[in-house]
Amino acid sequence: MSVDLSQFIPSFLEESFEGLELMESSLLNLEQGDDETINSIFRAAHSIKGGAGTFGFEHVTEFTHLVETLLDEMRDGRREITQNDVELLLKSVDCMRLLIEAIRDEQECDRTEIDETAKLLTIALNQTASVDVDNNETGSGTTNQQVTQNTLWDITFIPEHHLVQTGNDPLLLFNALADLGPITVEANCKDLPPITDIDPTELYISWHLTLDSAASEEDIREVFEWVEDECQLIISQPVKDQQDSQQPEEIVIDKQGGDFTSVSSASDSSEQVLASAVADNASSTLESTTTTKSQKQPSKTKADVGSIRVGVDKVDSLINLVGELVITQSMLSELGNDFDLSKIERLTSGLEQLLQNTKELQESVMRIRMLPISFAFNRFPRLVHDLSNKMNKEIELVLKGEQTELDKTVMEQIGDPLTHLVRNAVDHGIETAEQRLASGKPAKGVITLDAYHQGGSIVIEISDDGSGINRQAVFDKAVEKGVVDKNTVLNDNQVFDLIFEPGFSTAKEISDISGRGVGMDVVKKNIQSLGGRIQVESEPGKGSTFKVNLPLTLAILDGQLVRVGSETYIIPLITIVESLQAKPEHINRVSGDMLLYRLREDNVPIIPVCKLFNIDAEHQRVEDALLVVVESDGQKVGLMVDDLLAQQQVVIKSLQDNYQQVEGISGATILGDGSVAMILDIPGMITMAMNNASQSQQKYGDIAKNLEGVMS
Amino acid sequence: MEQEQEYLTFLIGGEEFGVDILCVQEIRVWSSVTELPNKPDYLKGVINLRGVIIPIIDLRQRFGKEPLEYDHQTVTIILSDHNETRPMVVGIVVDAVSEVYKFSQSSISNPPEFGSQIDRCFLKGLASIDDKLIILLDTQTLLDQDELYSVNDHVKAKDNSLTENVETTI
Repeated sequence: MSVDLSQFIPSFLEESFEGLELMESSLLNLEQGDDETINSIFRAAHSIKGGAGTFGFEHVTEFTHLVETLLDEMRDGRREITQNDVELLLKSVDCMRLLIEAIRDEQECDRTEIDETAKLLTIALNQTASVDVDNNETGSGTTNQQVTQNTLWDITFIPEHHLVQTGNDPLLLFNALADLGPITVEANCKDLPPITDIDPTELYISWHLTLDSAASEEDIREVFEWVEDECQLIISQPVKDQQDSQQPEEIVIDKQGGDFTSVSSASDSSEQVLASAVADNASSTLESTTTTKSQKQPSKTKADVGSIRVGVDKVDSLINLVGELVITQSMLSELGNDFDLSKIERLTSGLEQLLQNTKELQESVMRIRMLPISFAFNRFPRLVHDLSNKMNKEIELVLKGEQTELDKTVMEQIGDPLTHLVRNAVDHGIETAEQRLASGKPAKGVITLDAYHQGGSIVIEISDDGSGINRQAVFDKAVEKGVVDKNTVLNDNQVFDLIFEPGFSTAKEISDISGRGVGMDVVKKNIQSLGGRIQVESEPGKGSTFKVNLPLTLAILDGQLVRVGSETYIIPLITIVESLQAKPEHINRVSGDMLLYRLREDNVPIIPVCKLFNIDAEHQRVEDALLVVVESDGQKVGLMVDDLLAQQQVVIKSLQDNYQQVEGISGATILGDGSVAMILDIPGMITMAMNNASQSQQKYGDIAKNLEGVMS
Repeated sequence: MEQEQEYLTFLIGGEEFGVDILCVQEIRVWSSVTELPNKPDYLKGVINLRGVIIPIIDLRQRFGKEPLEYDHQTVTIILSDHNETRPMVVGIVVDAVSEVYKFSQSSISNPPEFGSQIDRCFLKGLASIDDKLIILLDTQTLLDQDELYSVNDHVKAKDNSLTENVETTI
């Protein structure tokens, strides 16, 4: 009858992480007397504690209990909400996250930070008690509960052997005690008979507990009320010196059902360990061992299930659409039963309806993968809060367009680059309060994160009202690094693009936040690998804006079908600037076999797709072929193709599943007729063409040298 | 009883080859492929097999033999490794399929040390049946990307095309 709890662990983890996020964001918005916020934080902590308790994740339960106690005091107004407390709680949230992540990864986590935070929490809790006393003495306190100092109770609990047969469970009692305050539990197994004589329905263990609580003896006795007649209960007077020098002793009780519990006691009084013991009357074998292993996870399930929460409205619309599709299908099949030419009109309209349905269905299915960008934005208030504290800057973070929806995969991968950009804005962008005041700006800097749709893509803007990018410093640095020549004339955009070069940083001092020059190039690479691009705008003294352009989804792409020879290729529509018939007078031949096309004021290199890919093409000469001007990375090139075909949405299929990466190709897709078409990788093709050009130039050089050698 | 394994045999240039039948997913007639740019000759291209894109290898050319005009007998054998959870799928083009034979492990002899045009890594062994000698291929290496598309060929193909380009431009 035992239920396999492990199947619920993934949802527990998911809920816990959500809870932690909620706690974090609420903590940052926490203000004095804001009951609703405190309540919601408390509720989140409480459900994490409850869940962890159910699954036996004791580390989490213990720790969360401390957090909860602190929150409870705040909720009841027994405790002023100070900045310190909020910091402590934020730290605790981090620790809880560490603990829960450890469960997810089935690993032991580093306890030092957690223990430290637990210690701080305990200290903070002890302080409250005295604060309470003060409050009451001055008459300013609103409550008069728990005026007494916490005392350490010594409880000896020796149950009679038949205790569990009456339906009592010592674990429940201890949990109830734990609600009064932190307790340590120590099991005494000396009465255990040899294993052959054990009656599984009897309880042979007795316990010795210490409870650190403000509760009175009556409160404790109340807990044991139901078992009072069936046990020996000694509650001793509060002891002052609680330095308990006993060695930790742990017992793992295994029974065949697979259930287990560990009983532990800690000698360190500051580390309150709540441990519990179950002696289930259903146990058939009882085995006691003294072991140092303190925890054993009952589950082997990996939590990385990658589920998404979908709004009911989205599911409803899907169901509606499927319903319509079924109707259309039955209409069409009825039409097909006895078809004659007179019904052709109905057939066309039916097919049109089918097309409409499919399209809507596709959109709805894609929408399921879409999440509001607030998922990615949520981490930033905390980040900015921490960073600005660390750097002594006053910064306000403004989030806009949080409801803008973005594909889940894109969302997961955009987090890190965005974090980097925000860090940069805090570190480099916003000046210190003194500098700001000196330049006539308010002391508080503002960083704005904005997300909105633009055409088929989504734009995320990270802007600050700081000092802006020092154009000259960037240029000088680039010259110093040898990226550009001293005499090159660059416009603002080109200069700002230099900051994306590897190893580039103009920060005079390297901080642990940023300035090592590792990063902006990675940011750019990450964004490009998502099919997006990044732009910088900056005005000295006014601030800078980073604009990240991302495709809405990675699975579907708007493409322009082109023909080269007998093959069909797809050019991502987003990269296309324009398509044109080349005019002979605008074609310039430069050294080697490089061709340039004069497009208004730009000179655009021409890449003959057929030569690059070594395939046959109908038109070998540029004059006859069509040019598709594409842009990637600010670099425009003209692709020479034979024909422009339709524009359509294509579903991206990976080539790597069964084959390897092909240079110049980003993926493949299946066209309406079932054939495979390649999707062109524009940045890749440009690099390819550049490499080829430089290689052939080298060859030319070699040949020229050889010729010279022959001549002389 | 000794365990017997079934092998599907096919013809390439008059020689009979065999592959473990459990690795054969299906046999298809030759259908046109989509070419991949800048790839060695033996890689014919990719096809769409019920929504999955799989590469097609001409085994004849992979084994360094002269290419043959495809006719109605030309077939594509789709191989996939049944042991793997996410198997790699590849199609091989052969002249014709022949038979299915059963061989026991002991009737398979080791391949000769030299004197074969075929990369030794693909050879599993030789088996004879009714005076015929059948070359058994190792599907593990056939389905191994690194072996199948060995690096040497890439370099060769690239170098060739490059020198050709230069020559033509001169």
